[in-house]
Amino acid sequence: MSNFSLENGTKRSHKTSNSLSLQQQRVRAAFWFLAPMIVMLFCVAAWPLLRTIYFSFTDTSLTSLYEGEWVWFKNYLSYRELSSGRVIWRGTLADPAWWNAVWNTVRFSFVSVSIEAVLGMLVALMLNVEFKGRGLVRAAILIPWAIPTIVSAKMWGWMLNDQFGIINDALLKIGLIDHKIAWTASIDTAMMSVLVVDVWKTTPFMALLCLAGLQMIPKDVYEAAKVDGVHPIKVFFKVTLPLVRPALMVAVIFRILDALRIFDLIYVLTPNSKATKTMSIISRENLFEFDKFAYGSAQSTLLFAIIAIFVAAYIWLGKVDLGGKDEQ
Amino acid sequence: MTSMDYVKKISFYFAVFVVVFIAIFPFYYAILTSLKTGTDLFRVNYFPDSFDFSNYASVLGGRTFLRNIANSVFVASTTVIFALFLAVTASYALARVKFKGRGLLLMTILGVSMFPQIAVLAGLFELIRYLGIYNTPWALILSYTIFTLPFTVWVLTTFMRGLPVEIEEAAIIDGATPWDIITKVFMPLMWPALVTTGLLAFIGAWNEFLFALTFTSSEITRTVPVAIALLSGTSQYETPWGTIMAASVIVTVPLIALVLIFQRKIVSGLTAGGVKG
Repeated sequence: MSNFSLENGTKRSHKTSNSLSLQQQRVRAAFWFLAPMIVMLFCVAAWPLLRTIYFSFTDTSLTSLYEGEWVWFKNYLSYRELSSGRVIWRGTLADPAWWNAVWNTVRFSFVSVSIEAVLGMLVALMLNVEFKGRGLVRAAILIPWAIPTIVSAKMWGWMLNDQFGIINDALLKIGLIDHKIAWTASIDTAMMSVLVVDVWKTTPFMALLCLAGLQMIPKDVYEAAKVDGVHPIKVFFKVTLPLVRPALMVAVIFRILDALRIFDLIYVLTPNSKATKTMSIISRENLFEFDKFAYGSAQSTLLFAIIAIFVAAYIWLGKVDLGGKDEQ
Repeated sequence: MTSMDYVKKISFYFAVFVVVFIAIFPFYYAILTSLKTGTDLFRVNYFPDSFDFSNYASVLGGRTFLRNIANSVFVASTTVIFALFLAVTASYALARVKFKGRGLLLMTILGVSMFPQIAVLAGLFELIRYLGIYNTPWALILSYTIFTLPFTVWVLTTFMRGLPVEIEEAAIIDGATPWDIITKVFMPLMWPALVTTGLLAFIGAWNEFLFALTFTSSEITRTVPVAIALLSGTSQYETPWGTIMAASVIVTVPLIALVLIFQRKIVSGLTAGGVKG
């Protein structure tokens, strides 16, 4: 598009001794420019992924990585018929702990991203208003984003502490609760704690992306609506929201992909709680802690498959143009 | 102004106050906690009343924490320099040269950046063992490439697309090779983008946890996030909250400073990485 004149190869270098056309020369250079990156990505992404998938079809263990034998789908699903006629199903797909993790992950992703999208939008609307100290406020909301996840997990873990936590203390003083609650340890509130910390940490990201979208809306649209006397809430739903929708959708899909693979926050904030174990947590446990390397590989392969299907479905539905339209 | 306007204005500022309060309170409370020791820790206070720096002294004087910080700095900066080095040339090719399969390649790069890290964990573990770099910083530098490289390539490609085409045309007419164009024409223009991208990639590498937890096995090779996560007290049942908070404050203050200094650039970098610019 923009560099059309370069790309149709008509404008050759004045040193015509070279028999290659300019375009051919450029493509050749591009190949060498791209090669190191492609090799690197193959080594750290494609190859390990293929090996993980391979491991998931073997009985490899952590201590003997090269002695695994091919066992087909045994790690995923297999059954054995006992002499009594009873059939026993084994493998990840018949493992209630796995389905619990799947459910936790999906529930966490759906709830956290929904809350973050709404709150992020609200904060963005607030920052889109011109007021004194707006720059300071924007800087302040960047702080949760800048704090390492592990640190925020520890900070909140301390604030949510059942005995000495400030949150129990404050809620008791206000009178919202009448006894101290073990927020992170109790099965009923563990997921809520994780959600609170995640929302606190990632709403800034959402808000900034929404704000970028809001700032691209021309001001005269609002003025026209104001002149017509349209109610602000109606303006938001009829004008603002449709216009920021593309930016919002991209932010949402990025956040969903991020939420589906959540690991560190849960590992630190609610270790070993059945209520918050996600797919990443359970896979890593099996891979490196329970010496079920191949079984863990099968679980991480499944997580990869779920994310891949999600992305493929999203692209197929044509909701976002991630590749950039100016390719054509 | 009518009284209605005042109500509106006051409630708006109240909302602003609530947002800022929620955003900064946890860090404020971490600082408060880090200044308390002994039984003071178990008494909730809302305003600073004791200024005891012994937690900081014990963290910094501990056997490994300074080493952990050095590890984090080394791993994160090496990863970023390496990723930027590969990304500059790659993004020039992706942004400026038209070739078959460019769209597909861009999609693949974006796909890799959304990879669930756990999916490559087993394969990477094998690779790292094979290369003999398990429990060294190189294991982390290698594995962090999986998220820093696609990110830097993606953002720099977006940036390069926006540069005017005329300067490149002029260079070509003067007989410049693609390598000259990158080093002599684009590099001087790209410094701001390189700083922003590098900073964001640095923060990503600094905060990474899963790989750092899996590919290191001794206290001395841990990075800061792992060290903080596994910081334990003298007994198994006692969590040393004071020292944990002091360590947290130490590693967070530089990040917050960087973010506040580069605020505008970070916002634009995040937007370019998240939303196609």
